[in-house]
Amino acid sequence: MIGRAHHAPSSTVALDAPRDESALLRVEGLKVHFPTEDGLVKAVDGLSYTVPAGRTLGIVGESGSGKSVSSQAIMGLHRGSRAQVSGNIFFDSTDLLQIGDEQLRRMRGRDIAMVFQDPLSALHPYYTVGNQIMEAYRVHHNVSKSAARTRTIEMLDRVGIPNPDKRIDQYPHEFSGGMRQRAMIAMALINDPRLIIADEPTTALDVTVQAQILELLVGLQEEFGSSIIIITHDLGVVAEMAHEILVMYGGKAVERGSADEVFYTPGHPYTWGLLSSMPRMDRARLERLRPIAGNPPSLINPPSGCAFHPRCPFMDEAKYHCVSQVPVFNPELPHPVRCAIPEGERHVIFEQKVKPSL
Amino acid sequence: MYAYVIRRLFSGLVMLIVMSFATFLMFFNGAVDPVRYTCGKACGVPGVLERNRAMLGYDDPVPVQYAKFVKGVFVGRDFPDDPALRKSAPETIARCDAPCLGYSPKENSTVTSMLAERAPISASLAVAAFIMWIAFGVGGGIVAALYKGRWPDKLIVGTALIFYAFPTFFIGLFLYKFVAIKWELTPQPVYTAFTEDPVAWAMGLFLPGLTLALFYIAGYIRLTRSYVIEAASEDYLRTAKAKGLDKRTILWKHTMRSALTPLITLAALDFAGLLGGAIITETVFNYQGLGKLAVDAATTWDLPVTVGIVLTLSTIVILANIIVDVLYAVIDPRVKLA
Repeated sequence: MIGRAHHAPSSTVALDAPRDESALLRVEGLKVHFPTEDGLVKAVDGLSYTVPAGRTLGIVGESGSGKSVSSQAIMGLHRGSRAQVSGNIFFDSTDLLQIGDEQLRRMRGRDIAMVFQDPLSALHPYYTVGNQIMEAYRVHHNVSKSAARTRTIEMLDRVGIPNPDKRIDQYPHEFSGGMRQRAMIAMALINDPRLIIADEPTTALDVTVQAQILELLVGLQEEFGSSIIIITHDLGVVAEMAHEILVMYGGKAVERGSADEVFYTPGHPYTWGLLSSMPRMDRARLERLRPIAGNPPSLINPPSGCAFHPRCPFMDEAKYHCVSQVPVFNPELPHPVRCAIPEGERHVIFEQKVKPSL
Repeated sequence: MYAYVIRRLFSGLVMLIVMSFATFLMFFNGAVDPVRYTCGKACGVPGVLERNRAMLGYDDPVPVQYAKFVKGVFVGRDFPDDPALRKSAPETIARCDAPCLGYSPKENSTVTSMLAERAPISASLAVAAFIMWIAFGVGGGIVAALYKGRWPDKLIVGTALIFYAFPTFFIGLFLYKFVAIKWELTPQPVYTAFTEDPVAWAMGLFLPGLTLALFYIAGYIRLTRSYVIEAASEDYLRTAKAKGLDKRTILWKHTMRSALTPLITLAALDFAGLLGGAIITETVFNYQGLGKLAVDAATTWDLPVTVGIVLTLSTIVILANIIVDVLYAVIDPRVKLA
């Protein structure tokens, strides 16, 4: 494994059962489909997961796997567009897909906040950073401008921006990339939300800054007790932060488990592929990194059966129904894997063929 | 900021000098002898051409003429510029006060006073047209963008395009002959000075202003529409939505701020261009504005007036450019003043 941060939980931490009614967020059978001229794009096609209070879920997958689209559905950012969203998203006991626009608007930013990928394009270029953060606070709190300003300076300070009383009046383009992302985090945290959705929060940043931002998020989570969904294509990021990891492929979940399970006993050939395409720092480099062959699947005409089968190196020897049936994914299990190959054989393949070269 | 303004003003000044000299050279060193158009049939009388040439200063080399012209702009000048004559017979001297842009022997009047007489008419027309085209153009564009792809969008863009397709003289004549005269739906479009009667001023400007505005409205609708649609797809609007802002704040504070900023440049420059007069509209409605003056001067070879108008207009456009640049630096924090 890459250098795992000490924040990451050990596998002894009891995982909440997926059906746990006490989970802060429960996504059940979420589908997000976009009608286009070429056909129906099934960006998210039957996704279920839970996020317990105070825990971090990492959603991993390559571009087009539906990870961002599913998180935007939680915020209702598809409302007013042509997207067809179905399923249930329970936040506490409220179904976010059923409530009215106004009720959802009041929850956005206050109960659920979002940190976006590219903080330069996610901040309005014509308004000062402070103005935008204060706005996020005042829309949910009936306070004076000066009170909001004090609170904003406090938050900027808390996320590690030096001279917050001066930086508050600067524009986004006057901030460096890392500082901008800190400001975005301050904006997301200012209302003390119970759930933070971080959509590729470090992808647009320098590698040196990435670790600082992740550390900041982890520290703030401990302090504020929020749940976090962190969306990334970078396994290193979730290794740092996530308690639980959900691997997505072609709009569906293919594997879910605790961070240790996914890293040490991964069950799905796609997860194996992700792990072997990741550089390792803790071992001598013996051979080249192995990319996953092929391209992400079409979301309009996904491959029949298992969406990963055209790229799966173990399909031929498996002789199973990879092509004819969509493998089941049982969210009731502690470590479900969507694969046609029986678990026992997969374990053998992993131990003999995959693990030695990881 | 002040340094920036001063630097912009200075570069504008340089531009103005170059432009005025080029204009001057073009007209007074061209194929046409300006003196020929000062005396009509009397030019055949021996000595008249020479006397007029001396009187109007056209006997000097062009650079000297230019220097005298520039001096005249700041301190005024006399025609003829003859100290001896000023003592003996001051009544034969035509005085042109600063800012003197020349003297038109044809009209027997200084260019400055001719421009001053016509400028308010063109300016009024420009203001009337500007108000209407911004109101309908930007307003229509915003509505079209909000209803993108649905019938209000198609109706607005389509209607604007129809008006845009008709030539200005057609729309002008139609409005004048039918709307104002035949159907008597609006008051007669006659120019009244604002200082005399503001209501009559506004009423009289309605039709010519509309004629002029209709030409611009189509373009502004399309531009506004595309700017708003473009701004609405920016990432920072998703952020605004994710913050829990209500629709109105998102639209007016976040979308419009970035959508309308580039329009300011265009609108200011178009307005500056209009200040110089609208030839067709002024002709159709018989408004004695700068556009009409320019046509008349050009067709009768009244060179001093033509030069005066060209210089005035280009000064306005240069000034408008400077104002736009400074304004842009104020409204867009990303503009570097260095």
